[in-house]
Amino acid sequence: MVPETYYTALSAILFTIGVVGVLVRRNPLVIFMSIELMLNAANLTLVAFGQRFGTADAQVLVFFVMTVAAAEVAVGLAIIVAIFRLRRRLSVDDLSLMRW
Amino acid sequence: MQHLAFFVIALLALASALGLVLRRNPIHGALFLVVNLGCVAVFYLMLGAEFLAAAQVIIYAGAIMVLFIFAIMVLIPGKEETGPDPLRPFRLLALPLGGLLLLEIVLILRSNVLSAPAATRPPGGVASVGRLLFTDYLFPFEITSVLLLAALVGVLALAKRKSA
Repeated sequence: MVPETYYTALSAILFTIGVVGVLVRRNPLVIFMSIELMLNAANLTLVAFGQRFGTADAQVLVFFVMTVAAAEVAVGLAIIVAIFRLRRRLSVDDLSLMRW
Repeated sequence: MQHLAFFVIALLALASALGLVLRRNPIHGALFLVVNLGCVAVFYLMLGAEFLAAAQVIIYAGAIMVLFIFAIMVLIPGKEETGPDPLRPFRLLALPLGGLLLLEIVLILRSNVLSAPAATRPPGGVASVGRLLFTDYLFPFEITSVLLLAALVGVLALAKRKSA
């Protein structure tokens, strides 16, 4: 049996890679995929702790996270496509309209 | 044996995550992410969460990534990140900041906040998840259906072309 600290350490590294991906990339699609990476890392932590504390609640929570991620991806990709139609470019640095 | 499997798949997961962040072509990134999601599904199986492993493959690798690849194909990217980057010094700042974040997470995980005694019996499989979902979590479960409907309507409103 692999101890759950291994899983939490792995998901900490995956989460950090996702954060760095959001910060360094300019393509909104890749930024979106990095967010999915972070969601997955958090899910893995949840399942590992649920296993440790002997409760299935964590798995239900992860199921809800997956549902919300599906809705989020659908809306987010629609927004990206709408922006691309408007600007004909795809870089987050151009989207400074709402910047203070 | 289980440890060996864990380390092999963990290495695969880390390599594919780095591939997503480092490769310039978003299609390659999407395929790397599929590999990563598959690795996480295997971890779910190893943790005894069979339902989540199946849902991970069906929802994430099946539905969400297809949507991603569809969007990448529609938007014909690949040329966005080739030009000069005026914000490059700020972007490189992300690496030390990421290291700092990792340090913080590790410190939190190693603190004694989470050192409650481990359970003696493992959580049940699919049956107990289903029972929880339709008893204790029935209301949130119904709310997610409203959320999905709202997302559906929102996407339709966003994607509709303005009629001239």
